[in-house]
Amino acid sequence: MSAEKTEKKIMLGNEAFARGAWESGVKVVSSYPGTPSTEVTETLAKYDGIHVEWAPNEKVGVETAMGASLGGARALSCMKHVGLNVAADPFYTAAYTGVNGGFVVLVADDNGCHSSQNEQDSRFHGRSAGVPVLEPADAQECKDFMKLAYDISEKYDTVVLMRSNTRISHSRGVVALGEKTEHELIPYEKNPQKYVAMPAMARKLHVAQEERLEQIAADSCEWEINDVQMSDNQSIGIITSGICYQYAKEALPDASFLKLGIVNPLPKNLIKDFASNVDKLYVIEEGMPFIEEQIRSWGVAVAGGKDMFTIQGEYTANGIREAFGEDPAEVGIHTEDAPGRPPLLCSGCPHRGLFYVLSKLKTRVFGDIGCYTLSALPPLAAMDTTLCMGASIGMAHGFEMATADKENTVAVLGDSTFLHSGITGLINMSYNGAKGTVIILDNRITGMTGHQQNPATGKNIRGEEAPMVDLGEICRACGVKHVVEIDPFDIDDLEKVIKEETSRDELSVIITKRPCALIVKQPNVPYEVTDSCKNCRMCMKIGCPAIEMKDDRPFIVAERCVGCDLCARVCPFDAIRCAKATNN
Amino acid sequence: MNTNILIVGVGGQGTLLASVLLGNLALKYGYDVKLSEVHGMAQRGGSVVTHVKISDKKVGSPLIEEGEADIILAFESLEAYRWLPYLRKGGSMYVNTQQILPMPVIMGNAEYPQDIEKVLGDNAGNLKAFDALSIAEDAGSDKAVNIVLLGAASSALPFSEEAWMEVIEENVKSKFIEMNKFAFIKGQQA
Repeated sequence: MSAEKTEKKIMLGNEAFARGAWESGVKVVSSYPGTPSTEVTETLAKYDGIHVEWAPNEKVGVETAMGASLGGARALSCMKHVGLNVAADPFYTAAYTGVNGGFVVLVADDNGCHSSQNEQDSRFHGRSAGVPVLEPADAQECKDFMKLAYDISEKYDTVVLMRSNTRISHSRGVVALGEKTEHELIPYEKNPQKYVAMPAMARKLHVAQEERLEQIAADSCEWEINDVQMSDNQSIGIITSGICYQYAKEALPDASFLKLGIVNPLPKNLIKDFASNVDKLYVIEEGMPFIEEQIRSWGVAVAGGKDMFTIQGEYTANGIREAFGEDPAEVGIHTEDAPGRPPLLCSGCPHRGLFYVLSKLKTRVFGDIGCYTLSALPPLAAMDTTLCMGASIGMAHGFEMATADKENTVAVLGDSTFLHSGITGLINMSYNGAKGTVIILDNRITGMTGHQQNPATGKNIRGEEAPMVDLGEICRACGVKHVVEIDPFDIDDLEKVIKEETSRDELSVIITKRPCALIVKQPNVPYEVTDSCKNCRMCMKIGCPAIEMKDDRPFIVAERCVGCDLCARVCPFDAIRCAKATNN
Repeated sequence: MNTNILIVGVGGQGTLLASVLLGNLALKYGYDVKLSEVHGMAQRGGSVVTHVKISDKKVGSPLIEEGEADIILAFESLEAYRWLPYLRKGGSMYVNTQQILPMPVIMGNAEYPQDIEKVLGDNAGNLKAFDALSIAEDAGSDKAVNIVLLGAASSALPFSEEAWMEVIEENVKSKFIEMNKFAFIKGQQA
């Protein structure tokens, strides 16, 4: 380590994870984008000499990384918390077989549901699968722990779960950079006893897994990442980890701390030792009582845990102070009366045309995960359900099978979501005699996570040309006879097509094709409302951020209008026109 | 030295660049710094907030809590009002007076608060509310509101003008550097 440079940089937690993987000599990275994990893989794609890819879903990502590990490389797969559910199948058994080259799975939870459908606590996945789980508390640790994770993975022959969350992944901090250590491929040797998880082998692998977890639980009592900070005040001892350490340390600077860097398996003897040296032991952890319940199960007295703190959302230093009996921070003014500002589809968004029509037709919409989920909000209010990636199709199918009612009903999902896990649902519909309608929103990009390429865009993660999956051909190959492609801004035709296809007695797919407005720039010539306006307010129904009410009439805010012209298309009186079109 | 800066606005207004410039300035001066930001869904036109904590000691929590912000940079009026409780007693506020109506207001289901400037003035130790959008447009781009506001707030921050110019050069695309420098100076004069 003597050659390590001391250059310092401000890095996002996710950039620091990427840097740590790169410095560790990672060679293959396969991930599916998902907030708040996306930037780890995007950052790694900027480094030369490693293979980085977007997989169509997290399961393929983990399997790819596992194969790379067998090939002897250091491998990484990154995902958001719910992505680990998709990848759980290979993950749980890779936890048995162990690895060849070091293998880290990075999962970013979303306490507070900033950009997710739930607050899943992925530490339980780590414990249930039986792998070590590391949890860094700032950007520097994101980098340092990644390097440690590869060493642990190879030393103990195990997959390692690196657990982050929104506040770790999306906070920036000062990081001291290090050098890259080259990592030679570890030669692959055929070993079916280890890598073929048939029942007879799996039983033995499970025994080996238990032994290594016990070894790690013992060894990690000596690891520096489990940091005992005994203060003069030993009346209060806090056990915590990750971002909660930062809040707790700020709230209770005088208390004694055990900051855990590994949360599975827990370093039992270290924890017991710490508990015996403080008068009252508290566990501060966001989410479920993961650490607390295990400690209690050992017969160690815990003076406070989830009886003091919620399982909901994110913690704050002020919240912790209050839980310990301090008066709430004095706040001079309250502004809860401020109207909310929910997110909304961008100006020029191609999805707006489709959801305007679906809203107008009062269609029952089984929705999915992506920017278009925002169409559930008023005024479009055009979505009935959102469950998980790809669920729109399965749910529409099940609804039809239960009620035999498929009239004016559709499943709606994006191009990337369709390839992620919608395609299996479509095969199911076709195979099992469904007559429903699926709408694929093909906007040529994975939008919500910040514009990642996918197999339907014709480009790979580095922006290089790649074979382009033909969505229409895939649907036909699944047995769908009626596949219609249409521009979602041709709202009259679209309305006709939706009516036709949803009343047809056969399975159909509509593919709406128009690129994301943030990728293919709109004309950027603003539109305006003219004197012909009859104030019917049809244009207000599309929920465009550029259209406001001014003097009780619709008004287009020029700097927010990108000139997509959807409002002009819905106006029944031709009262909206391009502001520069007077000479035409 | 301990400065907490909250940057608030509407998704897409460029709050992230402002925080990255502040972070890099702090690093140049040898301070510790942490920033916390919003990615993903809320960025699509929602209310966004970025926390910037600078200190000559180690920064722990990346979050600024109610009553802890020394400075709030608000890119929009309603967002200034929403985040006002985060300003510490006597803290400073730099506000772009532009109004971007949120959808509940556009739909007539909620009202945009009246007299925001007066409420801000009554509660902030120091308030500078001005039309940063017009200044940014004059400088060459409506996207430069972030730099105009940084210019306005720069007198309250312990960084030299040279350092500001350097950090703009290092973090802004080359074709926008001159425009942003100009916007910064216009913000200083505002």
